[in-house]
Amino acid sequence: MTTSTPYELVRDFPFPFDKDQYRYSTNVQAALRPMRTAAGAWGTTMLDIDTEYEEELSARAEILAADPTRHSVLPHMRSAAWDTMLTLMRQLCVDYPKAMRLTRNHDGSWRWENRRLGDACEFVYGDDSTLPDEPLRYIARQVQEDIVLLDQRNDTLFADAGVVTFAADWSFGFDVGMSFLEIHGPVPRIRQEGVITRAHEFLMRLQPHQPYRRTNWTMTIGRRLDVSTERYPEWGPDRDRIQTVDDAAFGGLVHLRVEVQHLVRLPYSGAIMFLIRTYMLPLDQLATVEPWRVRAAAALAELPEDMADYKGIIKYKDRAATWLSTHQVAAP
Amino acid sequence: MSWATMKLVVAHIDEPVPGIRSLWLRAPGGTSLPPFVPGSHLTLDCGGKRNSYSLTNDGLDPQEYCVSVLHVRDGRGGSRWVHEQLAVGDIVDVLPPRSAFAPHHRARRHLLIAGGIGVTPIVSHLRSARRWGQDVQVLYSFRENFGAHVEDVLDLAGLNAELYTNQDEFCARLATVLRDQPLGAHLYVCGPSPMIDLVLGIATAAGWPASRLHLERFTNGALDPGEPFAVTLTKSERSLQVASGTSLLEALESAGIDVPNLCRRGFCGECRIPVIGGVPLHRDSFLDTATKESGTAMMCCVSRAAGPSLEVPL
Repeated sequence: MTTSTPYELVRDFPFPFDKDQYRYSTNVQAALRPMRTAAGAWGTTMLDIDTEYEEELSARAEILAADPTRHSVLPHMRSAAWDTMLTLMRQLCVDYPKAMRLTRNHDGSWRWENRRLGDACEFVYGDDSTLPDEPLRYIARQVQEDIVLLDQRNDTLFADAGVVTFAADWSFGFDVGMSFLEIHGPVPRIRQEGVITRAHEFLMRLQPHQPYRRTNWTMTIGRRLDVSTERYPEWGPDRDRIQTVDDAAFGGLVHLRVEVQHLVRLPYSGAIMFLIRTYMLPLDQLATVEPWRVRAAAALAELPEDMADYKGIIKYKDRAATWLSTHQVAAP
Repeated sequence: MSWATMKLVVAHIDEPVPGIRSLWLRAPGGTSLPPFVPGSHLTLDCGGKRNSYSLTNDGLDPQEYCVSVLHVRDGRGGSRWVHEQLAVGDIVDVLPPRSAFAPHHRARRHLLIAGGIGVTPIVSHLRSARRWGQDVQVLYSFRENFGAHVEDVLDLAGLNAELYTNQDEFCARLATVLRDQPLGAHLYVCGPSPMIDLVLGIATAAGWPASRLHLERFTNGALDPGEPFAVTLTKSERSLQVASGTSLLEALESAGIDVPNLCRRGFCGECRIPVIGGVPLHRDSFLDTATKESGTAMMCCVSRAAGPSLEVPL
């Protein structure tokens, strides 16, 4: 199946490579500043609603219905779940003032309106019975971002709540309750190089109202958002199959998958909120932006084996590099 | 580091007990203020001196920021300014609330111990505990007729609050209470240093793990604005003054000297610059200990000078 990629998805794509070589780093930067790219820009808002909003939300609803382990709120995270809901409602109003509205009633209750979805409700903060759903899952059904909440205790962060339906080769249900350092244990290099401990320190000192962001990337075959460990039997074999398709099919199927992650200290509960927004662009669209084609080809060709292996792209990343370097579409 | 100050109006001043002034600060347009974590503090510019005070109101959707300021007559002058200069209608420069004394939501019970004006963050914790229906116990010690927020404590904690105006009774009760808590209780203490030391001493002797003991530290987490210093730029043959509250990176940028940077918080490693003279005061989390000790490089976004000046080859 091939679908044409809307122009906005190229223009707003958060192209992740700023050099011809990619290595792990504590690549955090202050959020809510536009990042210009060769095709356009990204990052003017924290939450990003695009042309895929309705489709991705219905995909999320299906995944949650089929597999409840994609959503979890450990008992002590109830206040963080409520804080996440209100914080994201407030942020939606800032980012999309025409479509979203949050008002406070005279009696202290709140009214929420999402005009894009035609959804509205009135609730009393902290009272679960006034909402149609658990607060974290309720708001997760109105944003395209995956959400992970971290509790900070004993100088350690623990992933104790979240809604993650678009995981890139990991399992939220398996990781829930683990510490930040345990979760990142399998990633090569980052512990030896101090990258992950620095990230951990950074998150623990994060203050409210100073959101940060970073990007991460991998590659996915087909426009498949849910490449979670749980569904590996469905998508894992694609990594072998892709080696046998012709060049035209390869360029349409192999996607550069980029996550824009926002790191936020929730302003009332004090928990850390991780937002993970996933963007995917097939190589044949990426190649329409000449600087991206050249840079991605170089970064993929140079990527060391251990990193490619961990990202799950070792079987086809060299072909992707070659494909890019031989498929010039636009004038340089 | 950036110090985005807010300008707030003094909407109301009250002196509930002699020597303690409570301030209500509002946004000039009357809009909601940024929410805050219980136990957060607000840093006020008190006539040129920066003082931090615990917020006592509810932080979910604050229409105002409330702080209570004890008149410290032999202090640096910040509280004297609040008591003697500040009037309703004045505009105050305020840094956004910072959290360094947050409640732990896994606690089976919150044991809150307050001495004197140290009651202020405890009041904020009590508001949070009431919202989430959490178990609390409060011991509040103060000088007779000088107890701030006594009504708030009684209103929020009811029969779980104990008030003491007699030191001996308070100390005796502490020894009992600290030995009679459910597993999973967390202790929070705020007050004069001798009282904090006493509480921590009893708790440690009674076998409390350090991870369940929390005390108010105003400087925790946030970097202080630092002392001013001079920098000699040997390549561009210039020198710069770096003011308190301005980072070296900001000073270099203002002088038109570009330094690669990303996080501006001492973590990412991008803004490393070599140092050839003077001793850097390292405040980053990037450089390894050996490099820090050698003094040959620094992260200019957060680190400063340990002496009056530095020399860098820029």
